Amino acid sequence: MELILSTLINGLSLGGIYAMIALGYTMVYGIAKMLNFAHGDIIMVGGYVIYVFMAFHNPLLAILMAVVFCVLLGITIEKVAYKPLRGASPLAVLITAIGVSYLLQSLAQIIFGSANKMVTVYDFGSVKFLGVPVQVSALVTLAVTVVVMVALTLFVKCTRLGRAMIAVSEDKGAAQLMGINVDGIITITFAIGSALAALAGLFYLLKAPSISSTLGAMPGIKAFTAAVIGGIGSIPGAMLGGILLGVVESISYKITAIAPYTDAIEFSILIIILLVRPTGFLGKKRREKV
Amino acid sequence: MADFILETRDLGISFGGLKAAQNVNIRIKKNQIYGLIGPNGAGKTTIFNLLTGVYKPTTGTFFLDGEELCGLSQEKINHKGIARTFQNIRLFNNMTVVRNVMVGLHDQPEFRCTVMESLFRLPRHFKAEKDMRDRAKELLRIFDLEEERNNLACNLPYGKQRKLEIARALATNPKLLLLDEPAAGMNPHETEDLEKTIHFIRDHFDMTILLIEHDMKFVAGLCDEVTVLNFGTVLAEGDTKTALRDPEVIKAYIGG
Amino acid sequence: MMNKLKSVRWNHYINYIVIGIFTLVFGIIALTGGRLNSSLLFLLEKIAISVILAVSLSLVVGFLGELSLGHAGFMCVGAYLGGKVASLLPSSLGGGIVGLLLGLLVGGGIAALCGVVIGIPALRLRGDYLAIVTLAFGEIVKSIFQNTSDETFGGALGLETPRFDKNYLFIFAFLLVLLTLAAIQNFIRSKHGRAVTAIRDNEIAARACGINVTKYKLLAFTISAFFAGIAGVLYSFSNYTVQSAKFGYNYSIEILVMVVLGGMGSINGSILAATLITFLNTKLATILTGDLAVLQNLLYAVILIVIVIYNNAPKLKSFRDRHNLGVLWNKLVRTRHNPANIKDDQAKWDVVPTKIEMNEVLSIDLVPQDKLEKRNNSGKGGDH
Repeated sequence: MELILSTLINGLSLGGIYAMIALGYTMVYGIAKMLNFAHGDIIMVGGYVIYVFMAFHNPLLAILMAVVFCVLLGITIEKVAYKPLRGASPLAVLITAIGVSYLLQSLAQIIFGSANKMVTVYDFGSVKFLGVPVQVSALVTLAVTVVVMVALTLFVKCTRLGRAMIAVSEDKGAAQLMGINVDGIITITFAIGSALAALAGLFYLLKAPSISSTLGAMPGIKAFTAAVIGGIGSIPGAMLGGILLGVVESISYKITAIAPYTDAIEFSILIIILLVRPTGFLGKKRREKV
Repeated sequence: MADFILETRDLGISFGGLKAAQNVNIRIKKNQIYGLIGPNGAGKTTIFNLLTGVYKPTTGTFFLDGEELCGLSQEKINHKGIARTFQNIRLFNNMTVVRNVMVGLHDQPEFRCTVMESLFRLPRHFKAEKDMRDRAKELLRIFDLEEERNNLACNLPYGKQRKLEIARALATNPKLLLLDEPAAGMNPHETEDLEKTIHFIRDHFDMTILLIEHDMKFVAGLCDEVTVLNFGTVLAEGDTKTALRDPEVIKAYIGG
Repeated sequence: MMNKLKSVRWNHYINYIVIGIFTLVFGIIALTGGRLNSSLLFLLEKIAISVILAVSLSLVVGFLGELSLGHAGFMCVGAYLGGKVASLLPSSLGGGIVGLLLGLLVGGGIAALCGVVIGIPALRLRGDYLAIVTLAFGEIVKSIFQNTSDETFGGALGLETPRFDKNYLFIFAFLLVLLTLAAIQNFIRSKHGRAVTAIRDNEIAARACGINVTKYKLLAFTISAFFAGIAGVLYSFSNYTVQSAKFGYNYSIEILVMVVLGGMGSINGSILAATLITFLNTKLATILTGDLAVLQNLLYAVILIVIVIYNNAPKLKSFRDRHNLGVLWNKLVRTRHNPANIKDDQAKWDVVPTKIEMNEVLSIDLVPQDKLEKRNNSGKGGDH
């Protein structure tokens, strides 16, 4: 029972991180219509910025700087690498994104070296919950993710800017004709996505206080998987997919027989879901008109 | 030999709650040019999609030359003898004009050649390629496109793209040719030209043609019979001139 | 007639001729006892492997128009199974031609089977989703081989494969390159290849033309996977050990980069890019050691970004049309591009967009889409 509970809580907090990354993926995908492969590496950048600014022993400052830096980085990447390719074949954009991902990883490695850096942002300690010791940081992660998801939903639903985002997502050309600044919306989307990635970087450091240049690569791919499982483009879907993946992962790690195959299991779930329900759980699909 | 080359029986389809077409009965005799007309959203293209297997009908069935084709896949239906063009032209844009037509010839029995024969470059591969190319050129000559055969399809002017699409459809050697708004976007001169081409196709290939069109003058001048659709149901059918004078039809078009 | 034949042949067979001469020259040196040093031999093998991988991936990416991010997965299957089969033979046979041929057969064959398996989702899924499925496939394969018991596939330590005589392995490698080229070019330049490109350009129209889309998609994936498997077997013979960590998605992407830099849909481009990248990789790896090694990745990243933007940015189109290799070539050999001079079947297949479709829209709905559709559809009209 205790094992189940602790596995579940562990899974939920991991899922929270995945959900956070997946939200960024989903936003960018839904609006800019591209797979931002570099998204995972922004997490890593966020982590390193926190590491640098923790020299001042002020967690809040470090987090703030990480968010600001990642937002600026996200906007820069969009302007320099992706914007010139707007209207080009999606594969070209995808490959550029892969290039950006490599670029960020190798830059980080040049600046910080290949050895892992250790940094403790803040020790929340742990509490007993139904007799199970629970890391408070896990609860914080989960809570922040839920708040962000709800805020994002409200933002998209209730603000002018949010509605403009949906319009751009539906039809860029028409949105432009309606006087929406499409470039501006896409920039904002990247900014939001990058800010979320910075937070995800923070959560990673809270979970395990070690950071390397490849920190974001695998979580990036897995979070993308989560976004697809939930239905890419769907904000609640990203949350659902992230949590689901996190729980599956932590359960799988607990069962000795299948633990080494955890990655394989997660990816198999992805394939099965795509085959059975190609739009994920909550995705919207547009049928090609014949 | 069946009485009708195409016969639909109570053909219908609904998407969710929406009945896009219901109880559509169309009978087309061999060698006819038959029109399918109606206001926007009447379900004309839906009928084409049903006849070519893009959608599976929820009710009814249809026969080509007495053979029931309902439920077959798109490629099977094409092999049985229904070919079509599309409302929004669908060419193979990054391929040359002649290759576009050769794709249409792909499954003709006289150009048979297995993958292994192609991989090992056996004589049949070369023969098939040469014969296909010759036949494609022949078809292109009919449509006045031979000169452009080595251009990319996407570089053709609009009118010629329409013609190429018809040529490609004819290459699949159909019994029935479906043309979805062939005259859309053409100027009067091109339309006139198209009218002649369609007559020519009918006579030269001994073809039966079913076409969707909005240009009433074009329909009146070309079609032997028409079916008028509105809201997915048949409003009127029969001889073109009579059907077009039907007060119901006029009402549907003008509204009121 | 003679004239026409000549021009067509040259254009079609130039890559066989170049690689053939190359193989012959180095083969003669090796066979007549000329000492090629081992690092050169290793480089030649690596280049052959990369070329096979790039050409086979080009079939799926450039000609079928689907993005595959799991090519290394097929290679992994080939490497492990081909290497395993050869190592089961007595070492005198396993390290010889018999072992190599058997390995190629088994490794290629099973990789091809995996190609069929991955081809099945390809029938249901479009562009970006399919890319993710192939990526997932590659990771699954890697993970499975990583965790197999030590007796069967060597587990995390890797599988030991028989030692093939290094002096001759590269000759077989280049013969396999020629075989791959022949198979894939013959496939593409036939009615079957035309059907595959038709599916790439417009799947709906291809169906309407009677093309059996299922068959050709599966076929393209199978052929592509078969040769990736072949490359894997070569790799296992070239390296003596096979470690699954090598075949992650980074490697798949490296192969993809070769195809993209070569110009999608251009086989010769893929060959050139594969050769160049592999050569640079190896050279840079010897120059940049230790912490500098990462500069290599940085360099690739920058080159990749710059080239892709240069080749694809819509705004640079007019600039591109004035300054590219084709124009340069024409200037050098002083020929003018005259459409009347193009012989049949010479028109380019050339750089083409891959059909990644990204249609999904941003939504905040909590209800699955199909239920929403049912609810909305009562009463709406539309020409479906």
